[in-house]
Amino acid sequence: MITAFISSAIPLGVPLLYGSTGEIVTEKSGHLNLGIPGIMYVGGIGGVIGAFLYELACGNDIANMNPALAILIPLLCSIGGAILMGLLYSFLTVTLRVNQNVTGLALTTFGIGLGNFFGGSLIKLVDSDMPSIVLTKTSSFFRASLPFADDLGWFGEIFLSHDFLTYLSIVVALVVSFVLNRTRVGLNLRAVGENPATADAAGIHVTRYKYVATCLGSAIAGLGGLQYVMAYANGVWSNDAFGDRGWMAIALVIFALWKPTMAIFGSFLFGALCNANNYINGLGDATQELFKMLPYVVTIIVLVITSMRKKREHQPPQGLGLPYFREER
Amino acid sequence: MATQAAIELRNITKTFGHVVANKNVSLTVARGEILSILGENGSGKTTLMNMISGIYFPDEGEIFIDGKEAVITSPKDAFDYKIGMIHQHFKLVDVFSATENIVLGLNEAGKYNLEAAEDRVKTICERYGFEVEPKKKVYTMSVSEKQTVEIIKVLYRGADILILDEPTAVLTPQETQKLFAVLRRMRDDGKAIIIITHKLHEVLSLSDRVAVLRKGEYIGTVNTAETNEAELTEMMVGKKIELNIHRSEPKNTVPRLEVHHIDCTNREGVLVLDDVSFTANSGEILGIAGIAGSGQRELLEAIAGLQKLDSGAVLYNNPQTGNMDNLCSKTPLQIRELGVRLSFVPEDRLGMGLVGNMDIVDNMMLRSYTKGKGVFLERKPPKELAEHIIDELEVVTPGVNTPVRRLSGGNVQKVLVGREIAAAPTVFMAAYPVRGLDINSSYTIYNLLNQQKEQGVAVIFVGEDLDVLLELCDRILVIGSGRVNGIVDARTATKEEIGLLMTKTDGGKQNG
Repeated sequence: MITAFISSAIPLGVPLLYGSTGEIVTEKSGHLNLGIPGIMYVGGIGGVIGAFLYELACGNDIANMNPALAILIPLLCSIGGAILMGLLYSFLTVTLRVNQNVTGLALTTFGIGLGNFFGGSLIKLVDSDMPSIVLTKTSSFFRASLPFADDLGWFGEIFLSHDFLTYLSIVVALVVSFVLNRTRVGLNLRAVGENPATADAAGIHVTRYKYVATCLGSAIAGLGGLQYVMAYANGVWSNDAFGDRGWMAIALVIFALWKPTMAIFGSFLFGALCNANNYINGLGDATQELFKMLPYVVTIIVLVITSMRKKREHQPPQGLGLPYFREER
Repeated sequence: MATQAAIELRNITKTFGHVVANKNVSLTVARGEILSILGENGSGKTTLMNMISGIYFPDEGEIFIDGKEAVITSPKDAFDYKIGMIHQHFKLVDVFSATENIVLGLNEAGKYNLEAAEDRVKTICERYGFEVEPKKKVYTMSVSEKQTVEIIKVLYRGADILILDEPTAVLTPQETQKLFAVLRRMRDDGKAIIIITHKLHEVLSLSDRVAVLRKGEYIGTVNTAETNEAELTEMMVGKKIELNIHRSEPKNTVPRLEVHHIDCTNREGVLVLDDVSFTANSGEILGIAGIAGSGQRELLEAIAGLQKLDSGAVLYNNPQTGNMDNLCSKTPLQIRELGVRLSFVPEDRLGMGLVGNMDIVDNMMLRSYTKGKGVFLERKPPKELAEHIIDELEVVTPGVNTPVRRLSGGNVQKVLVGREIAAAPTVFMAAYPVRGLDINSSYTIYNLLNQQKEQGVAVIFVGEDLDVLLELCDRILVIGSGRVNGIVDARTATKEEIGLLMTKTDGGKQNG
């Protein structure tokens, strides 16, 4: 039972990890992208569209499907959709210097609307009885796990039984952490987010860094949406089923104190907290809802503790949310 | 050639709109030499240096580096010519360590290796005698340490022409001595150093030669060994100019405000007011002269109750009751009710006192919002007041409902000053009220101040133009580094006298 609990918490945490890693990259460049929920949603629907078209092209027969293409096409569609959203966000906030919060919120609304529009259209197209679109064939490729995982008991179930996007999310978080802390590019990016004027004076191309960080962050976040549909939900897309995972990812950034390595632990903790109500017997409806609050309660506690400790390293990047104008004197 | 100039400026001219910031400036600096650039605020020192460091491009004139003409269009070009500028405002990332800041933006060959960079930083520190911990985070550093990081940053990049913009403005005397020792060591190492300052004793103790600028014009260069404070002051402040500002004799003066030994420390822990005492009389204009940032702002804010004092008292002779009230124990609102009015015109004019997006009436209401019945505001009197001010002070505006930020600078200032005067103050303080104004608007403001004085108000006027101070005020208090360097009679004092008082530090010890 404990094993099942932990094992089920991990896939729940993965979209959050993608989302928060992406958001960390973006926030390190000084941009608070509240569009992440929308971007993850677009990442999800992008993957669905890609998978749908490929399944259609193969005559809906799994025998005709090439495993590499079955994964690559949805993957690229998902990343592509997310990057377009990221580009839109960076154009608005970096080039036009629109307020970041307003842009982000608009992008979330827009992304969810876009996802629902395409989701609804596809559902109409296949004339399904259920308000959902089922891509189990593609999903089976995404869900492929190591064949020997089942033979290794609890160890196999917890650590080895997952889909490849789960492992990729951890790798991405570790790589991001390494780049941020151990490379020149990471140093420059952090400087851009902390103090763009200083970075500019040091000869760093501030605008380029902001654009790249935002788009890259969006791409990473988009994978969260993809993992949710293809692996966690078995390839079943129904509108609005993604829920508030995007917001949780943003809360997780604060919980993780802007550190991708912390986000790994945080995301699985959040996954476990989200799932706890299903593993505790005899909970009433009301108590279940209270349990679902846990991730947010934890985030608030972390916020209170970090703001009380006032350690500068644990604070958001100093330039977060502020548009940068090169001083014209 | 042993004395080839490391950098030479020929006939540099730079204008911003109609303002001439630099006019025909020519100077040279050799390697192994420290050149001071001396001048009052607004004399164009920083503009000139910004042209060398690539922030501005000169309109006319040439820059030669090592005898070859150089075109410097960006800070990067300046780097390539090995020019490093240490700005007054540090450009550092707070959460980075010293070394991270130093290597930021560099594209060194090879792998990114912080440890190796730290070693190189240590080598530079040892060579010139800097004291800084390479791993220390900038936000835990003192101002002097931050400055050291900035200097190492340019040295790390291989600069051999260093420009320091008022490096001592933020340092304690001990830190200044340390900095000078380092600068001398760098000079002996063959670097060309330019230091911008307006502190005479520093110029004399540190530099080899002094170039003087006044109101953008190049006055001349002298060898430090062959000059003295009096000569430099005269070069710096120039001859007196007659302005013909009307000045009446003070009548019925009584001490209105007595400031007793006030000390004040700012947020950075620097003592900004040091044992300041003076008396402001009614029916008199007391001028405050000093280099910008010497504590003028804090002094006025202290009187208005906006600054917390460490010690001392501000006594107010209440004309209604005849009592002496201590303003230190009162809130800013209570102080205002007593008739002490502050019309502060800070660096950015709208920052304090007016709200740019609100119209003139609303800005009048910032002072009367507590009036009116219940939750409703009283709009009629402020509107009348706004109309009255527009009429009286000839404010040029499309109407009372125009947002203040759309008015020109002079008109904004008239609105601000007009509003404070309308409250019939007993003490009226104005800081830089004519900054950025054209001649006519300036005279309107001078006349307003004179009117106030004739009505028996104690006027305190913080100014930057010595000619104006000498003609407008009755007495002039000269402030330097938060201390009162002297209070002189404006009718008999000379410009040189005030100039000397302004630049002296440490209570005159340096003057010997």
